[in-house]
Amino acid sequence: MSITVIKPGLQTTVQDLGRNGFAHFGISASGAADSFSLRIGNLLVGNNESAAALELTILGGIYQFETDAFIALSGSQFDPSIDDKPFPHGQGVFIRKGQILTIGPTLTGARAYLCVRGGVDVPQYLSGKSTHVMSKMGGLNGRPLQKGDTLNIGNLSSVSQPIIIKEKLHVDLSIIRINRGLQSDWFSESTWTKFISKLYTVSDLSSRMGIRLKGNNINSERGNEILTEGIPLGGIQVPGGGDPIISFVEHQTTGGYPKIANVITADLCKVGQLKGGDEFKFELVSIEEGEALRLAQESYIQSLKNRH
Amino acid sequence: MKDIINIHPAYSSVMVSLDNEATLGRVTEHLKVVLRDMNYNERPEGRIVEVPVIYGGENGPDMARVSDYTGLDQGEVIKRHSEGEYLVYFIGFSIGFPYFGGMDPSIATPRLDSPRKSVPAGSIGIAGNQTGIYPLSSPGGWNIIGKTDLSIFNVENPKSSVLQMGDRVRFVSVDSGGK
Repeated sequence: MSITVIKPGLQTTVQDLGRNGFAHFGISASGAADSFSLRIGNLLVGNNESAAALELTILGGIYQFETDAFIALSGSQFDPSIDDKPFPHGQGVFIRKGQILTIGPTLTGARAYLCVRGGVDVPQYLSGKSTHVMSKMGGLNGRPLQKGDTLNIGNLSSVSQPIIIKEKLHVDLSIIRINRGLQSDWFSESTWTKFISKLYTVSDLSSRMGIRLKGNNINSERGNEILTEGIPLGGIQVPGGGDPIISFVEHQTTGGYPKIANVITADLCKVGQLKGGDEFKFELVSIEEGEALRLAQESYIQSLKNRH
Repeated sequence: MKDIINIHPAYSSVMVSLDNEATLGRVTEHLKVVLRDMNYNERPEGRIVEVPVIYGGENGPDMARVSDYTGLDQGEVIKRHSEGEYLVYFIGFSIGFPYFGGMDPSIATPRLDSPRKSVPAGSIGIAGNQTGIYPLSSPGGWNIIGKTDLSIFNVENPKSSVLQMGDRVRFVSVDSGGK
């Protein structure tokens, strides 16, 4: 009941919906960078939406299945095949014992999820199975997969009927919507205008800890340091250099840079799909609008669960 | 409350993060009641935790740098560092990292110009006017002046860690025992 890693891809990690409840010990939740896509991928194979799966980054890798399995790819469209036959994106597919799944480079965004009916079985660490790459915790030995690793497939007793999604899930990565951050007023109206009217480019130095942006330098009018306080997932910090950083799934739990804005929860899935060189603009929305978009995304996922 | 999935305490703030199904209205009402009913006089005392430290030498590679910067000899740096009582304001930033308050400003020393790739677990450092203990081996730019054998953070079970928010710490200088 296992999968052997023949080639691991660029950065493949075991991820679920994160390890919540331990931020006051300095442990950020980690979890899928695009949790929306992980949840959908799990529903496509009949798993609980929070089951652990493989998060593929830029290049997918090669995997040999040592057992029959039912799998799906969600998130960005990569270039997958089973024993050289094309493999459809966004739907459940059977793979036979001994077959080899090859997942080439991405054709769209940064990440895809390889979900397996039964889930990927790694030891639970605290409240989750996610790999926290920066602190070398969770997942498979606290690190991205390596050649020769063996992954067990979890218990099939808790699975349900897989769903089928016919509609195309369109994600516009050119606009990321934000709310004002706690130090929003540390930045003048003209800085704000610059912040939301010009394009940002995603730096190659970005990671699961933070998405580093360049091409539109901004500075606070009130200094670059605040008394250390909590950092939310999606909080946009502006250090002295003026290049903003979007705090991401492996973010530090507290920090001392002013936060101009926060990415709304409904758009965190887009942040997980950004890769080096991508360009986008921020769009300011109200707190109420952000909440409505989040709740709408949740109802969509709930509606998927009721499809079978 | 099931809407709240994480709590981030800091020096003068507490940030909470919410479940995807929470509504701001419901959580705000809940927190208003919590804040209204809180007894601000009833604060837990916190424990006193003694942390044995081997100062200087190979355990404290930046002791000379701190001594040069502050103009104090090493004995005096050790004395001033170990005389203080440090409150653990909160655990934050990275896994198990305690934020201490209460260091003698006369031994404040700026961070290293370029951080080390790896600082061993238990290292005691100074960065600006803060002091801290590296709970786990990690990269870091603090001036390392000593090391403790005490494991301050329990990775397997953080709730049972030696150091908790609200504790007070005393550093006790011990000799290296021939190490």
